Amino acid sequence: MSPLLRVEELHKRYGSEQVLRGVSFGLEKGETKVIIGPSGTGKSTLLRCINRLTPPDRGRVWLEDVEITHAKAQINRLRAQIGFVFQSFNLFSHLTALGNVRIAPMRVLGLTKEQATRLARAELRRVGLGEKEDAFPAELSGGQQQRVSIARALAMGPKLILFDEPTSALDPELIGEVLEVMVSLAREGMTMLVVTHEMGFARSVADEILFMEHGVIVEQGTPRQMFTQPQHARTGEFLHKISELYGEAAS
Amino acid sequence: MLENLIEVARHGPKLLRAGAINVSLLFALIAVGFLVGTVIAVVQVYGGRPLRAAARGFEWLFRSIPAAVLMMIFLYGPPRIGVGKIDPFLAATLALGLRSAAYQSQIFRGAIQAIPTGQMLAARSMGMGRLRAVASVILPQAFRLSVPGWSNEFSSVIKDTTLAYLVGLNEIMRQAKTVYDGVHMRLAMPTLIFVALCFLVATYAGNYLLGVVERQFRIPGLQMPGSGRTMEHSH
Repeated sequence: MSPLLRVEELHKRYGSEQVLRGVSFGLEKGETKVIIGPSGTGKSTLLRCINRLTPPDRGRVWLEDVEITHAKAQINRLRAQIGFVFQSFNLFSHLTALGNVRIAPMRVLGLTKEQATRLARAELRRVGLGEKEDAFPAELSGGQQQRVSIARALAMGPKLILFDEPTSALDPELIGEVLEVMVSLAREGMTMLVVTHEMGFARSVADEILFMEHGVIVEQGTPRQMFTQPQHARTGEFLHKISELYGEAAS
Repeated sequence: MLENLIEVARHGPKLLRAGAINVSLLFALIAVGFLVGTVIAVVQVYGGRPLRAAARGFEWLFRSIPAAVLMMIFLYGPPRIGVGKIDPFLAATLALGLRSAAYQSQIFRGAIQAIPTGQMLAARSMGMGRLRAVASVILPQAFRLSVPGWSNEFSSVIKDTTLAYLVGLNEIMRQAKTVYDGVHMRLAMPTLIFVALCFLVATYAGNYLLGVVERQFRIPGLQMPGSGRTMEHSH
C-alpha cells in the first residue's frame, strides 16, 4: 500500500540559510507522527512546504497518488484536503466560532449555508465548544481559539491534518484541553503530522517520532525506541532536555 | 437683514434642487472611489510587481493633480483623444471619483495591512484562492477598520462636489451665485450662509449614518492597532 503522504528529498533555502536539506518520510493512513527538534531546524518550514504555503526549492510531495509539488497540481483542491493548525490559531477575527468553521466548507466545498452550519455545529461539539458558537475569537481563551481552529480544519473533511506547534502559544493551563482534543482525534484514526514539544502527547499517541536537526531527519522511531535506546547521542540529549523543560504532565 | 433672509428663502427650493445634483454627484463619486480604491488597495498589497507599480502610479497621479485641473482634463480630454464628447456629470464623477479612489485606497491599504498575515495563510491553507480569501476574509475586516478614515474622506469629498460648477453643472454653488450675482449683492451673505447650512447638515447626517454603520458592524476585538479600545477577554 502506498502511503497517504509521501515526502521526498525536500530542500528549502531562505537567502543563505539552508533550512531543509533533503527531508524524506511517509505517513500511512491513520498514523500520527510527531516531529521534534530544536527551534530553527526547519520543522515549521517542512509543514508549510508540504501544502506549499511555502514553496519548496527542490523535492517532491505526494498526497496519495497526486503530486502536490507538480507545477500543474491543482493546489487549492489539494490544500482543501490537508488541514493545517497554526501555532497562533489564525482565526478570522470578524467571524464567530461558527462562522470560522463553516466559511471554507461554503466557499471552497460549495456547501449551502444550512449544510455548512450543521457540519460546523457538529465539529464545534466534537472539540467541546458547542456552547461557544456565537463567540468571536477575541471573546475566547487561547485554548478555545485553538480548538475552534481544529474544528475549522476538521470541517473540511481532511485526509490528514498538519499541526504546527499547536500548543506553543498557550498558557500552560490551557494546553491540556487542546492536547485532549488531539489525542482523541488520533485515537479516532485521523492521520496527523504534529510538530510539538509535548513529549507526553508524543509518547501516548505517536506511531513514530521524527527527530529533526539542521534541516535533516537525524533519527526516527517509535516513542519507545526513541526514549529508551536512541541511536544518536543528539537524540538522547534533546529528549532529555525537552523532558526536563516541558515535563510530561500533559499526557 | 430679515427681508434679505426672506428673499433668499424664496430661492430655497431652487437651491435645494441644485443641491440634489451635489448629492447625486456625491453618491456617484463615492461609488467610483470606493470600487476603484478597493481594487488599488488590494493590488498594492497583494499584486505582482508591475501591477503594484501601476497602482502606485495611479495613486501618485490622482493625489498630486488639483481637483479643478482633473475636472477640466476629464471634460476637455476625451474629445481630443477621439473618445467623443463627454457628459459633464460623467466628467465630474470620474475626475472626483478617481481622485477619491487614490485617497480611499490608502485608507483601505492601511486597514488591510493591519490584519494579521496569518489569517491569509489560514484561508489559503483551506484551499481558498487568493482573490477568494481577499473577498471572504480580508476585505470584510478591512472595511470595518476603515470606517473612521473613510468618514474623513466622506467629509472631504462632499465639499468637493461644489467644484462641479467648473464643468458647467448647475450645482448648489453655481445656483447660489445666480441669486446674488452682480445685481443683488446684499443677498450674497444670506445665500452663502444658506449653502453653508446645507453642507453642515449633510456632513452631520453622513457622519451620523457612518457612526451607526460602524456600531452595527463592530466586532469585539477587531480594531486598528493602537486605536485604544481594548477588549477584555471573557472566558
